[in-house]
Amino acid sequence: MLEKIQELVAEGLGVNASEVVETANFKEDLGADSLDLFELVMSLEEEFGVEIPTEDLENIATVGDVIKYIEAHK
Amino acid sequence: MIGKIRGTGSFVPPRTLDNNDLSGMVETNDAWIRERTGVVRRHIIEEDNTVSMAVKAARNALENSRIAPEEIDLIIVSTISSNVVLPCAACEVQKEIGAVNATCFDLNAACTGFVFAYNTAQAYIAGGIYKTVLIIGAESLSNLVDWRDRGTCILFGDGAGAAILQTEEGESFPVISHSDGTKGGALTCESRHTKVYANLSGIEKKDITFASGDPTYMHMDGQAVFKFAVRKVPEAVNELLAAAQLETEDIDYFLLHQANKRIVEAVAKRLHTGIEKFPMNLDEYGNTSSASIAILLDEMNRSGKLIAGQKLVMTGFGAGLSWGASLLVW
Repeated sequence: MLEKIQELVAEGLGVNASEVVETANFKEDLGADSLDLFELVMSLEEEFGVEIPTEDLENIATVGDVIKYIEAHK
Repeated sequence: MIGKIRGTGSFVPPRTLDNNDLSGMVETNDAWIRERTGVVRRHIIEEDNTVSMAVKAARNALENSRIAPEEIDLIIVSTISSNVVLPCAACEVQKEIGAVNATCFDLNAACTGFVFAYNTAQAYIAGGIYKTVLIIGAESLSNLVDWRDRGTCILFGDGAGAAILQTEEGESFPVISHSDGTKGGALTCESRHTKVYANLSGIEKKDITFASGDPTYMHMDGQAVFKFAVRKVPEAVNELLAAAQLETEDIDYFLLHQANKRIVEAVAKRLHTGIEKFPMNLDEYGNTSSASIAILLDEMNRSGKLIAGQKLVMTGFGAGLSWGASLLVW
């Protein structure tokens, strides 16, 4: 799953997969703004069959947060 | 029979508010707004109102089409922000332009309004009921926006656009339109005309306090609306193209409701189509709800971008939630 998430994040945000580590903060380290995150959420939702509503997205800051969220909700 | 667009018109109020003006009103800045929305400035009414802008757009469409007002037999005004409830905005337009033979009504489908008005006009024409139809999208969203809410006030603007359709021999186009009221909470604005009698008679006299701000201003769940638009618009376009037996390559321009540059870009990407086929003017006007596609169409018409026979797809999406895609052969 980590590899697929890395691939989607790298593609969605235009960064190298090597930068997509668990501690990477979407906004501070990967240069994503809120709309980049919306698009990324859409591709994650479509890939993993989960739904990440607005109130949950507010608690997601790092790649690790996404992995934990998907593991808990898929 | 099909309705062919014979002319277009638009009007936007002269007063503009740019991003720097807004940064003096709420905590925001030009770079932030441009990056996330593509909006640079918006036009805001001072002397005008929804009806007066609709009238000016209609006059411009009449002049552009060389059709006499007496020929018009239906006027539909799409608006969520009319200054009049009674009579309807369409009747006010009728009076001002002298379209004495027209039947008139308003339509509320928010940002999908112009597409639904176009579909309604096409249905009346296809049914042989009316021959010449004036459709107008006119909005004064500056009246619905909470100017203390930086999440929404940066997005919207005022303006009006119009088109006149006239009957012509031909096979009608497929219509793709949808609504999902269960998701309506993503984009809301309650009427300011509520509970007058109840409050007067003491039946339900209580202080109205709202946890998340005054509901009579526009409220939006940005993520929900973004995802809705980016998923549903490409789906509707693909549905339309399949029904019309066309490919994206056959379409000259996709005229999307001008909500946000990032939505338009994401839709283009999902349709695997170059962004150059997605004209935008939201940098100048912001999101003008049901007026946006009409203003864009008029600007393309008047700048000579449109050539007879070109195929355009118009797609609206917004509160309701409602969305739709329609084909237009210029």
